[in-house]
Amino acid sequence: MLLSLAARSLRNRLLTTALTLASIALSVALLVGVENVRTGMRESFSGTVRGTDLIVGARGGTIQLLLYSVFGLGSPVQNISIETYERWREHGAVAWTIPYALGDSHRGFRVVGTDENFYEHYRFRRDGRVTFAEGRAPSELYDVAIGSEVASRLGYGVGDPVEVTHGLSTSAGGIMNHDEQPFRVVGIIAPTFTPIDRSLYITLEGIEAVHLGWEGGVPPSVMAGAGPPTMPGATPPPMPGATPPPMPGGTPPPMPGAMPPVMPGASAPPMPDVADRVPVPEADELRRITRDDPRVQPTQLTSFFLGTKSRFETLRLQREINVDEQEALSAIIPGVALGEMWRTIGYAERGLIAVSVFVVVVGLLGMLVSLYSSLNARRREMAILRAVGAGPQKIVGLLVLESGMLSVLGAVIGVAVTYLLLFLAQGPVESRWGLYLPIQFLGRTELTYIALVIVGGVLIGFIPAYRAYRNSLADGLSIRL
Amino acid sequence: MTTTARPMSSPDATPDASDAVAIADLRFAYRTGPPVLDIAAMRIARRERVFLYGPSGSGKTTLLGVLAGVLVPREGTVRVLGEELGRLTSSRRDAFRAQHIGYIFQMFNLIPYLSVVDNITLPCRLDAGRRARVRGDLDQAAVALAARLEIEELIRSPVTDLSVGQQQRVAAARALLGAPELVVADEPTSALDADRRQRFLELLFQSCEEAGSTLIFVSHDRSLEPLFDRAISLPDVNRAAVSTRV
Repeated sequence: MLLSLAARSLRNRLLTTALTLASIALSVALLVGVENVRTGMRESFSGTVRGTDLIVGARGGTIQLLLYSVFGLGSPVQNISIETYERWREHGAVAWTIPYALGDSHRGFRVVGTDENFYEHYRFRRDGRVTFAEGRAPSELYDVAIGSEVASRLGYGVGDPVEVTHGLSTSAGGIMNHDEQPFRVVGIIAPTFTPIDRSLYITLEGIEAVHLGWEGGVPPSVMAGAGPPTMPGATPPPMPGATPPPMPGGTPPPMPGAMPPVMPGASAPPMPDVADRVPVPEADELRRITRDDPRVQPTQLTSFFLGTKSRFETLRLQREINVDEQEALSAIIPGVALGEMWRTIGYAERGLIAVSVFVVVVGLLGMLVSLYSSLNARRREMAILRAVGAGPQKIVGLLVLESGMLSVLGAVIGVAVTYLLLFLAQGPVESRWGLYLPIQFLGRTELTYIALVIVGGVLIGFIPAYRAYRNSLADGLSIRL
Repeated sequence: MTTTARPMSSPDATPDASDAVAIADLRFAYRTGPPVLDIAAMRIARRERVFLYGPSGSGKTTLLGVLAGVLVPREGTVRVLGEELGRLTSSRRDAFRAQHIGYIFQMFNLIPYLSVVDNITLPCRLDAGRRARVRGDLDQAAVALAARLEIEELIRSPVTDLSVGQQQRVAAARALLGAPELVVADEPTSALDADRRQRFLELLFQSCEEAGSTLIFVSHDRSLEPLFDRAISLPDVNRAAVSTRV
């Protein structure tokens, strides 16, 4: 009876009830939504690399190794020798390895030298593997596979030439251009929403080819005092002192009879060093060499990923690698390292939760205000209820029921709104930000939050209820307004 | 609450339940205020129709609150239907009121978000003891009573569509449903014009008679006095009223 009375009383104040419900529902939706996004972010983050049992690099910090090998951030202090890599690859407990050679970039995107194992064994998210939206994995020396973001940002397609730059500058040119190498895109990797999308993949031999002929980190062309020639591989390299180079900037020469350029003589000035330009001696030859050429066999790696035959071996293998006597190595368990890193950068999510908790508090305070301010208008109603035999505890019960119903309904609507939004936003959010928001039943955290909202709502209901109780004791059957 | 309502049936059976109301040496004051009621003795017999009058400030509404068991006197005894209210716990007093007393306010008697029929049946729905006094279907009993009070056709209307006179009849129906032994009306006709007042009183009297209820009718309009069995002037019996009169 009291329940239907409370329900009808709420319905009677439809506008206030609706507004109160909306404020509670929205605050609950925010809380549950934030929790969902947070879970999605954490999942997304920890799903950056999956299935890999250990990541091994030169001895250094855990986070650093994780950052440069998985996230493509920062740079390794030291490389590891190919012999060390091979030694561990042949280890009895190791099922597969993915070699990683880093250090080069293309227009600000990382270039990763790896081999076929990457396409076969690398996993991210739940069971995402590297697949190709277009083309295939690199198999020849100058083959490049590019991540989806690289493809869309730079507008590259299969068959386009790519110049690989030494160093990690984010500027278009890189520090020094290895533009002697005629790399070509052979495949575009389907979106993974991991750092893979922002990387280019070539063979380990390709990395060596980039550096072929370099001495002390400086390319032969620089040693010869030459600037970058244009379009490597597209046009034959200019012979010394022969045909003039193409116009820098591509400005067409003024047509006869056409408007003269604003600054006569300013257009297309010959590059001062054009005459001195010396073509790379081995450029032609470089283009012709293949993957099995002894000059491009890898000698160094940055790191490698490995999968064990049995996951139980992981810890033992990690210890074994960490105490490798021939080379100082660090082996990390990606899941553990990712968790460690998430805890470090997890302040933001806690801030997010704190904010949404405050929003819920505000929502509940809104309910308190609306119930409390309705009390004066309802003194008559309370007196009637008293007159027909309702005790003060029934008055209290009525008001607590009202606040309880508002909180429960608000929470239910809020959860419904969250799921509706999740359902609608899941696709767009994933395709735009690569954030996969799992639609799953309310987790323990969400249920705890919802329970707290409802308990909080009921408790808050006792404030106006107490006031109404005091009123009804003082008023008796008379109404003082 | 059915649990508190059950023991309430005993007062009916007590032998000294001859009077509807018996007051002795009643003193009442609101929390810190001056005394509002100071009544040496007052008795109202069962089935009596009593007209209680006095100017505003003479403590009429307060006395009704004491009789209904909403207000608790500081001193003295108040017996209603043989039950000494001061000895009951507050929840028992509430249950007692629900079962044995029908109350009609001066105006705004109805809960706006309930329909007419729900307003009439409200006491029966809140208290199982009161419900038990109605034989058969509750809504049907409410409709029958509404018919007696000539508001049958309004039974499904929203309360807010009713005129003041109609509202007072609904209030009377609510007070009378379940035939409580005591009906207390606090100036129920003050908002009605003369014709409607007459008709309302006739219907109220009839219904009280049929239900066998005692009626305590409060008003400051002494023109109604001849219609009642007996009149009590509150300023005459309430010594506290004299001092507060200007």
